Amino acid sequence: MTSLTGVGIGRSLVVGPVLRMPDRLPEPATLPSTIGPDGERERVTTALAATAEDIRSRGEKAGGKAQEVLEAQALMAEDPTLRSDIDVRVDNGATADRAVFEAFAGFRDMLLGIGGYMAERATDLDDVSQRVVARLSGVAAPGVPESDTPFVLVARDLAPADTALLDLQKVLAVLTSEGGPTSHTAILAREKSIPAIVGISGILDMADGTVVIADASTGAVTVDPSEEELRRAAGETAARAQRSAVPVGPGALADGTPIPLLANLGSAEGVEGAVAAGAEGVGLFRTEFLFLDAKTAPSVAQQYGHYAKLLRGFPGRKVVVRVLDAGADKPLSFLNDAPEENPALGLRGLRALRATEQILRDQLTALARAAGETDADLWVMAPMVSTVEETRYFVALARELGLKTAGVMVEVPSAALLADRVLAEADFASIGTNDLTQYTLAADRLLGSVASFQDPWHPAVLRLVREVGRAGAALGKPVGICGEAAADPLLAVVLVGLGATTLSMSPSALGDVRAELLQHTREQAVAFADAALTAEDGATARAAVRALLPQHV
Amino acid sequence: MPERTVVVASAHGLHARPAALFTQAAAKAGVPVQLTKNGRSVNAASILGVISLGIDHGDEVLLAVDGEGAEDVLDELSGLLTTDHDA
Repeated sequence: MTSLTGVGIGRSLVVGPVLRMPDRLPEPATLPSTIGPDGERERVTTALAATAEDIRSRGEKAGGKAQEVLEAQALMAEDPTLRSDIDVRVDNGATADRAVFEAFAGFRDMLLGIGGYMAERATDLDDVSQRVVARLSGVAAPGVPESDTPFVLVARDLAPADTALLDLQKVLAVLTSEGGPTSHTAILAREKSIPAIVGISGILDMADGTVVIADASTGAVTVDPSEEELRRAAGETAARAQRSAVPVGPGALADGTPIPLLANLGSAEGVEGAVAAGAEGVGLFRTEFLFLDAKTAPSVAQQYGHYAKLLRGFPGRKVVVRVLDAGADKPLSFLNDAPEENPALGLRGLRALRATEQILRDQLTALARAAGETDADLWVMAPMVSTVEETRYFVALARELGLKTAGVMVEVPSAALLADRVLAEADFASIGTNDLTQYTLAADRLLGSVASFQDPWHPAVLRLVREVGRAGAALGKPVGICGEAAADPLLAVVLVGLGATTLSMSPSALGDVRAELLQHTREQAVAFADAALTAEDGATARAAVRALLPQHV
Repeated sequence: MPERTVVVASAHGLHARPAALFTQAAAKAGVPVQLTKNGRSVNAASILGVISLGIDHGDEVLLAVDGEGAEDVLDELSGLLTTDHDA
């Protein structure tokens, strides 16, 4: 047997055969056709019809919203305008493969040119194009492989379009060769509670059907395990199921120190699920969904309805709402859609809102109104705050508009380093570990080639968290964590050791984190934090903390 | 050629699902249907053509139908455009 390692997401251990997701196809060559236009046209007709039929039958299987998306894709494959475009290219001597590729690319560029919602349809069109070209060249269609029995999906990385189609009944775990702990694959895995291990080198060399043991808690993949290893894996799975069957209740350490566990939500739709998973409130409510599809900013009345629905779900509980977080990476025509060389370093978050203050005023007004009519304890916070002056500005504006509790997100190292000054102005701080990691290590979190830098275990990130934790303790102000880091059970304990007073995460991660917190005292959490802080990088920090864990049999 | 000007009612304009419903109906009509916005005309049975017009809520578009039963087709298609499918 051999063993491979990556970064694990979740705590589960699974055993199963692997199936490889085919890579994207290479661009078809521009060679002239050898069979002539009539022959090529016939190939096009067959491939388009078969692809439409295939997509439609997948839609019938999927049902619901997925079927609507797939039906639109089938219509794209049958589109008469697209067909005329392909025919012109074939008549000019192109092969069917090349003509299909170019025609689809032309329409894709046009959709991207329209921007916004239309640009998202470009991904759908690309998927159809790949499927038709795959059929023409007689290779497997890219996308999630289909199987009647459960399997472990192996891929280079998953795109959002792939993940929408994942059949959760069939995919036991996802193993990728690329991607870091905040890649699409990792985020999806956390949301849907699928165990995943990302960034495993050598994983793509495995043949379909090879059996593996994938342990997300250690990031280890055992290839072709022995009988003995399989037996041990089964025992371990049972032991873990028992350990994580902690009754839903308030988050606390082994010594009884309460650590409230809150939910990250992206819309009011998730409220019931979060309450069922035992969320004690909301630690991060993202408001972008109200704005992203809009041409103009939503009115106070429109926003109020959504906020009231959210707040009614948590009577008497804390709900932290983040005001609109947009910028050149999430462009909105009414906010800031000027192209920027470095969107992550541009006019985004609070900076963009301040430049268009009415949008911020309207949002805070709607929030204050909703808070006045419900029993929830509403806190508001600003994203991408980098100075004390910005903190003062936001807190003053929130108070002026009638909000009781106003704080800031700590995502920029400058805000963490000056946390004592920032927290003197703000009522609380909430650390966004994804952006804090991106800015600390100067690595674009959306760029695969630097994904290995995006590790919230990195001691440089943890030292900044410590600054905020210390400042919060000294001033008696709450310090929450609302990045993906809080969803990593062991890292959650480290963050508590660094001074975090609450943890907020995807509701699906609450159970694992609750179970892990109950295993350790505050003293142990501080010892874990000390071990991690003195490591030289993320991997050694993780290893140093693991070495302090009591050995499981 | 019989024509009709209508104002699109879907809250999110003619994207995705409403566009699919509309092009399917246009294709079923069995006669050529043209959709025009701001002087640009496309085949109404082409989903890519229709979404390329970038039609938003409240936009004015022109439907033109040629051939037998043109008035009935106009009735059906303008009915689809003036219904809010996102509601």
